[in-house]
Amino acid sequence: MELTEFVIKSLVILVIFGLTLLIAMYSTYGERKVAGFIQDRLGPNRAGPFGILQPLADAGKMFFKEDFIPAQANKWLFIAGPCLAMLTALMTSAVIPFGDSIRYDGLEVAVQAVEANIGILYVFGIVSLGVYGVMVGGWASNNKFSLLGAIRAASQNISYEISMGLSIVAILMMTGSLSIREIIEQQHGGNWNIWYQPLGFIIFITCAFAECNRTPFDLPECETELVGGYHTEYSSMKLGFYLFAEYINMFISSAVISALYFGGYNYPGMDWVYAQLTSAFGDVAGHNVATLIGTAAFFAKALFFVFFYMWVRWTLPRFRYDQLMNLGWKNLIPLAILNIVITGTGVLFLKPIITALLN
Amino acid sequence: MSPTLSLFYFLSFLTVLSALMVVFARSPIHSVLYLILTFFCLSGHYILLNAQFLAAVNIIVYAGAIMVLFLFVIMFLNMKKEDEESKTNLTKVAAVIVAGTLGVILVGAFRKSQVGTYNPYAHDSQVGMVESLGHMLFREYLLPFELISILFLVAMTGAIMLGKREVGERHF
Repeated sequence: MELTEFVIKSLVILVIFGLTLLIAMYSTYGERKVAGFIQDRLGPNRAGPFGILQPLADAGKMFFKEDFIPAQANKWLFIAGPCLAMLTALMTSAVIPFGDSIRYDGLEVAVQAVEANIGILYVFGIVSLGVYGVMVGGWASNNKFSLLGAIRAASQNISYEISMGLSIVAILMMTGSLSIREIIEQQHGGNWNIWYQPLGFIIFITCAFAECNRTPFDLPECETELVGGYHTEYSSMKLGFYLFAEYINMFISSAVISALYFGGYNYPGMDWVYAQLTSAFGDVAGHNVATLIGTAAFFAKALFFVFFYMWVRWTLPRFRYDQLMNLGWKNLIPLAILNIVITGTGVLFLKPIITALLN
Repeated sequence: MSPTLSLFYFLSFLTVLSALMVVFARSPIHSVLYLILTFFCLSGHYILLNAQFLAAVNIIVYAGAIMVLFLFVIMFLNMKKEDEESKTNLTKVAAVIVAGTLGVILVGAFRKSQVGTYNPYAHDSQVGMVESLGHMLFREYLLPFELISILFLVAMTGAIMLGKREVGERHF
């Protein structure tokens, strides 16, 4: 890799990393504002105009609290828990293509950290590791409520991972590729997967809610039953890391949803915009501006789903644990298998007929 | 030393170290965590061999699912008191004999085994990619693959049958 390419790539990675953190930070603010709106309140409005500095105030508060480790806790694992949660949350964005490519000095660098031909499997692998942070932290606290929260998190994540994987399989059958960039490029021109996979999308987003431990599936931190769930014993920035990891997971899963089902950085009329931009600014600058607009479209879609997470959180009540398990094992998995069968039939029989009709 | 080679040595060192720590760690939770680290190192080896699909599946299946279940079960057990009294001299001697026999068998088997040679110039670096793996599995090894799927299905059904409550049995 040449130096310029390396520098551009590093810049892209740093910008994506910074944006992820920034969005996660302002998701806490957004969540409280959305909650306020839904419950007919104002939400945070003291720190700065419209309370815009509230996340900074929260972070400052978190930093200056006492960092307490319980006497009977396993010290190293107690520290490792939030670290693992944060690490796995941040690792996922590596393979997500946030935009097309940037042209500079005859080079074409993709707006993506790593182009892996197993992209979606990588995401899936990291997601399945996300539960370790919760489990290790909950066990190391040496508190029965924490342990119960950790065990709930583990069983919930394992159960919903299966139907999540099965709903992705239907997409893979349609696109024939595991690379997320390839999946996005096949959705070019309004050909979004959501039109073909409405059932798969519903299954996927339900599982994403469960994997992020968001309401209505936030059983691991269910405060009416388990005090604080797996983070009962945590304080200061360790607690902050757990909460922060949840918001990062939310953003990343929204990004994955928008990449898999909503065309990623494709938006309606992008070819026309691209032609206009390249004729106005030339081949290089026009291409870069078009890429930036595509990236903005990607982030807009992802942010809409972050909003959707909040919307659901303040609308729906929490499930009971047996309802959660019944939904996961008895409804979502059969539905996902049915979806695979339907998709397979469609790809084998319907697609040749339709292509023959169109041509 | 080339970067790949030094990476290989580092990964191998880490793999062997974490595998040893699985055995030597006193707490079962630590053992499980070291085992997860071992799986990660093995995935690193797969990536060095350009077998990305195998690396991802190794992490999803072993580190992501099976080890979570291991950890799950171990967390349910109360590990607070040391179960030293259960390890009598008889069990220790039996364990040493069994492990020693296994060790002798493994060393013997590895000494006799033929390591396949490969030509680095004729080697196709794309052989571990998911496309070629799919072609291999669904063309040349279709029957064994399907048979293994049926075996898995049977095992799953068996597990459900074993876990099912008998008629009249109380839930808790």
